[in-house]
Amino acid sequence: MKNCEYQQIDPQALPTPTPTPPPHHGNDTEKKKEPRRPRRKWEVFPGKNRFYCNGRIIVARQSGVLPLTLGLILVTSGLFFIFDCPFLVKHLTSCIPVIGGVLFVFVLITLLQTSFTDPGILPRATPDEAADIEKQIDNTGNTSYRPPPRTKEVLINQQVVKLKYCFTCKMFRPPRTSHCSLCDNCVERFDHHCPWVGNCVGKRNYRFFYTFIVSLSFLTAFIFGCVTTHLALRAQGGKGLVFALQESPGSAVELVICFFSVWSILGLSGFHTYLVASNLTTNEDIKGSWSGKSGEDVTNPYSHKNIFINCCSVLCAPMPPSLIDRRGFLPADESAQTGSADIELPTLAAKSEINVCTQGTKGLLESAALSPLLSTSCPQGKPQNAHSCPETSPALNSDPTSEFSKGCRGNHTSSSHDDTSRPRHTKARSKKCRREALHIPNPAFDVPVSPTSPDAAPDSKARSHKGGSLTPLH
Amino acid sequence: MATEFHNLQELRHSASLANKVFIQRDYSEGTTCKFQTKFPSELESRIERTLFEDTVKTLNNYYAEAEKIGGQSYLEGCLACATAYLIFLCMETRYEKVLKKIAKYIQEQNEKIYAPRGLLITDPIERGMRVIEISIYEDRGSSGSSSGSSSVSGSTAR
Repeated sequence: MKNCEYQQIDPQALPTPTPTPPPHHGNDTEKKKEPRRPRRKWEVFPGKNRFYCNGRIIVARQSGVLPLTLGLILVTSGLFFIFDCPFLVKHLTSCIPVIGGVLFVFVLITLLQTSFTDPGILPRATPDEAADIEKQIDNTGNTSYRPPPRTKEVLINQQVVKLKYCFTCKMFRPPRTSHCSLCDNCVERFDHHCPWVGNCVGKRNYRFFYTFIVSLSFLTAFIFGCVTTHLALRAQGGKGLVFALQESPGSAVELVICFFSVWSILGLSGFHTYLVASNLTTNEDIKGSWSGKSGEDVTNPYSHKNIFINCCSVLCAPMPPSLIDRRGFLPADESAQTGSADIELPTLAAKSEINVCTQGTKGLLESAALSPLLSTSCPQGKPQNAHSCPETSPALNSDPTSEFSKGCRGNHTSSSHDDTSRPRHTKARSKKCRREALHIPNPAFDVPVSPTSPDAAPDSKARSHKGGSLTPLH
Repeated sequence: MATEFHNLQELRHSASLANKVFIQRDYSEGTTCKFQTKFPSELESRIERTLFEDTVKTLNNYYAEAEKIGGQSYLEGCLACATAYLIFLCMETRYEKVLKKIAKYIQEQNEKIYAPRGLLITDPIERGMRVIEISIYEDRGSSGSSSGSSSVSGSTAR
């Protein structure tokens, strides 16, 4: 009787990318002794990221407009080398394609590094850590509503800073860390989520991002200047601009693209230069954390009070390591336990009405529920991601000012895809977690979804909203 | 690493994990990596205060060395920028070198000081540099001490 249930496992419900072979008759109540392919940590990463090259490359789940960014850069530079360079080399100097080439390579490399580098993602707290933190927080014990936001105050360089508790990652966020709802990760020194590069910009890739926008502004200005010179030289002798454009149609396209982008990119570079010189992040600038809006005497506690030192500490500091260890292997006992749980849970959920099955696997289910792997993968399945933390609203509206229109304004539209674009394996995991919750209600992971923060509603329309009034909790 | 694993296996076979203590980060000087040196009460009966403080202070010094901004780091940063940061793909960064030293130091401390007292330090890098996790083991034969409790996770009701 119990054999027939286990044969009907739906392999699609298993979260592992390589489907394990369906279990043989009657051997399912014991732990699987078959040797499994050792899995790497990126395969069970709970955030919304995609990994390529066996974990070497990390990108956000939504690539945003990265293909558009790449396309614009390649097309403009290609047209420049094809149409303008031959003429300018003949009439001016052969340095022009060299300079253009160097800038182009620089821009491309730094763009790819910004997109494919881990921005400083903090791994989620282990269950033991989360339990320890819960113990330290005063809990009224009523879990029927979301408890009030938990904060902890620390003194940083004689400045009071509030650390918020992240319900998704189950830890108090370090200072300057923010939770990005698009990537569903806490990112250290969170600047903003940039759809143009398709990744968050944080501690580890800020220098790449800054170099990218500075070199891109040089490249755009350089191409714009060269194209103008080219057309001016062609139009000499009374021939006129129309004639020049007819002779070199590519230049017209370049002119249009460069004209519209040079202002916004130059503006963005200027803005970030100001941020680097004062050791601020876009997030803090938008929220007005250190501008004294609340009337108190607040100063930026992270600034070294010297522009040169600030610049060096942001751009020239030692490169911190990636904390998520994407290519590390999972401990053998965890992957084995997960494997057996993967097989047991879908069966149990599918045939829960049959008592014969449930009694046999209930013990295994309880032990699997304590498995740290399952518990860390649980929260992402819940729809709370869209409303997870109030900070995400500034993250979404990172560059609201209109003069920086090109820079990262579009990300609020991509947030609407949050709930709809879930790949198969996160769906399976969320199904698994909900079923597990039926049998073993675990208050630590049954955090209700309701967003209590009043800014959850206005954040979708408050694009140009400055951060001061947006987040009353701060 | 092999010896630490061996010790760990020995501990796991002969002792049961009783409790875990987490040493949190100290943010008083900013976001640089530094851990609190406050002596947790659960370890009072297990290890001398000075030994514990020495370990944490040495770890803090290592991290400060890794994150130091000085002449050498400026040169490295400028050189990296000039090569479009491609040297990060080829070279081991200073931080990574110091992390290796830290891993060796922790292994050595575990072998000499902590494992004989039934304690085990987990490298903070494995916990996202948020905490120093110290696992407290009890001998299977002996009864639980005042710091021990058999359930590790979810023990909110104490």
